[in-house]
Amino acid sequence: MQEIAWSITLWLTIILAVTYLYVAMKSGDAADASSVAGAAGSLRTWLFAMLAFAFVPVTLMTTADLPYGAGASTGKAQVVNVKGFQWYWEMDQEEVKAGIPVLFKVEAADVNHGFAIYDEDNVLITQTQAMPGYTNNLKVTFTKPGTYKFLCLEYCGRQHHAMEITLNVTSN
Amino acid sequence: MSNDISAGGRLTVVIYQAVAAVVLLLLMTFGLLMRYSQAGGLDLSEDLFYQLMTAHGIGMVGIAAICGVSIMWFFLSQYVQLTTEIFVLNLILFLVGVVMILSAIFLGGFAGAWTFLYPLPRISGGAWGPSMAALHLGGVLLIGVGFLLVHLDCGYAILKKYGSLTNALGWPTLFGGPQTGKFQHQVDEATPPPTVVASTMVTIVNILGLVSGASILVITIVNLFVPSFAISALLGKNMIFFFGHVFINATIYMAVIAVYEILPRYTGRPWKSSRPFLAAWSFSTVAVLIVYPHHLLMDFPMPVWMLVMGQVISYLSGIPILVVTALGALAYVHRSGIKWGMAPSLLFLATFGWAAGAIPAIVDGTIVVNSVLHNTLWVPGHFHTYLLLGLVPMALGFMYFLIEEEGSTIDLAAFWAFIIGGMGFTMTFLMAGAASVPRRFAEHQPWMQGMDTLGSAFAALAILGVALIAVRFLGGVLASLKA
Ligand code: HEM
Ligand SMILES: [Cu+2]
Ligand SMILES: [Cu+2]
Repeated sequence: MQEIAWSITLWLTIILAVTYLYVAMKSGDAADASSVAGAAGSLRTWLFAMLAFAFVPVTLMTTADLPYGAGASTGKAQVVNVKGFQWYWEMDQEEVKAGIPVLFKVEAADVNHGFAIYDEDNVLITQTQAMPGYTNNLKVTFTKPGTYKFLCLEYCGRQHHAMEITLNVTSN
Repeated sequence: MSNDISAGGRLTVVIYQAVAAVVLLLLMTFGLLMRYSQAGGLDLSEDLFYQLMTAHGIGMVGIAAICGVSIMWFFLSQYVQLTTEIFVLNLILFLVGVVMILSAIFLGGFAGAWTFLYPLPRISGGAWGPSMAALHLGGVLLIGVGFLLVHLDCGYAILKKYGSLTNALGWPTLFGGPQTGKFQHQVDEATPPPTVVASTMVTIVNILGLVSGASILVITIVNLFVPSFAISALLGKNMIFFFGHVFINATIYMAVIAVYEILPRYTGRPWKSSRPFLAAWSFSTVAVLIVYPHHLLMDFPMPVWMLVMGQVISYLSGIPILVVTALGALAYVHRSGIKWGMAPSLLFLATFGWAAGAIPAIVDGTIVVNSVLHNTLWVPGHFHTYLLLGLVPMALGFMYFLIEEEGSTIDLAAFWAFIIGGMGFTMTFLMAGAASVPRRFAEHQPWMQGMDTLGSAFAALAILGVALIAVRFLGGVLASLKA
């Protein structure tokens, strides 16, 4: 997911930069303003049309599988209760199995924290907020066994960067 | 243009910009210290890091607003009758607020970040006490009140001249009858200029944003001393991000007026309020108010429809003003025979920076992407792009315009140092974000440090560029004062 986000961003930025450089270089030889305005107007219409055309499929595709509402049915998920404190995590399991969904029920004792799951290669897999007074349900199915790490991704004070706990995922 | 700005008004604008130039440099240096400390090149204590982060964050947001509001005031006062005293009062309240904020941070240890996320100000784990939190939040509140007064004054002046906010947004032209042939002249007369349209939009959204911000500030301050006076953490977050999103975005909506007003003086093609322009600004007025849930995409107890709306409006909201402003700037410059000076160059760059910053923002506004990028360095990556390369060059371009300086080789070198440094700096943030590095970490573990040193080097280059430009501006101001 991160690579896709980065490539889209990089390429669109490059296209934008090249357009700007091109226009800056062509700015010297004056043309009639109305001819440029006409061309820009149709370009704008075209851009809008393209964006409008892409908008619906992209929205449908990206909202088909949202991370919300996981708490409604526990099913055969393995439940892990998590609580964030200034500045440590408490978790009622040390081990879960790969291949079976895990339902993290995430709470906070004092201030807002952010519950973020990292794999062994330090790749952020997914996250949810940990908020006093609320339970955030996050469902994850670990495909690979290993030691997973949890960092805090909501600024919570002087030891924010030091909140870390691990969970072993064993093969099923 | 109906009337010229008064001498007192102009001087106040120059003082605003001078304050901005100095504070900007100071805060950028704070930023470099943070970045280099993450790289391990410097050993800041975690307390000092988070204090610098708080000062940099709230200070930059404040300075962005100072830049934006002075640009808006300068040009708007040429169309409507603004009150100079209120504009001066705002600067005084700002400076008093800054003293309170800096004392609370560096003497009192307050480090609750510029988002002062409820209930962190009260629950600091021993880093600061409630009185210092109150001093800080009181300073922020004072600054907010100052800006609220300026916006109310602008709103009053606009209403007096145009009769209604919808008139000032150009609705009669937008929804009116034929606009060609013999009607063209009448329509041109009646249509508000881009400056008025943008100012009206900002007046509407910032008054609402500031009222929300002031409310949550007061609640948080009372909560410091009466913990039983509590609200839901989720409600607090909604109020803060509604305010924060509106306020920081409004800084650019104000500053972009410099592009509309100054660029045409170089290209010889006036920037008119066309129908697409008016439609874009009216749409954005609504969009900027309802898009803020994109900051809460990882708050699962939020109503799902609000979060989906956050994504959908994120996609839509950036587009109109961007397509209209960035494409507009391109069209106005393309084959215009423009004579490049520092002001138009910086303003042209600014429209690029704004558009470029919107790209990673829209990507991250997608819920499934947000799951892996939220609160990573991707986020500072996106907003530094549109603030450092969008808002800041708008302000710098306006400074050159004020001192009527086209620039020499040194200015040109500063310009390119700024671009290369700024692009490199923001790109390394984005790359670190894509590599899962968290934001707001006083200490980076070795795997997080990949981009830190390079990012610091680019930052230093950008700061060098801004320093040269700031010196040029302050020198120009001093010279004109002597004359
Ligand atoms: C070269 C100049 C700059 C440097 C080196 C710099 C550096 C930084 C760094 C290192 C952070 C913290 C990143 C993290 O989360 O780990 C940061 C955050 C931030 N910066 Fe900058 N910055 C610069 C310019 C600006 C400008 C021009 C603005 C706005 C006008 C700005 C606004 C902010 C804000 C609002 C934050 C968020 C603070 C928070 O997370 O609480 N910065 N900057
Ligand atoms: Cu934290
Ligand atoms: Cu936002």
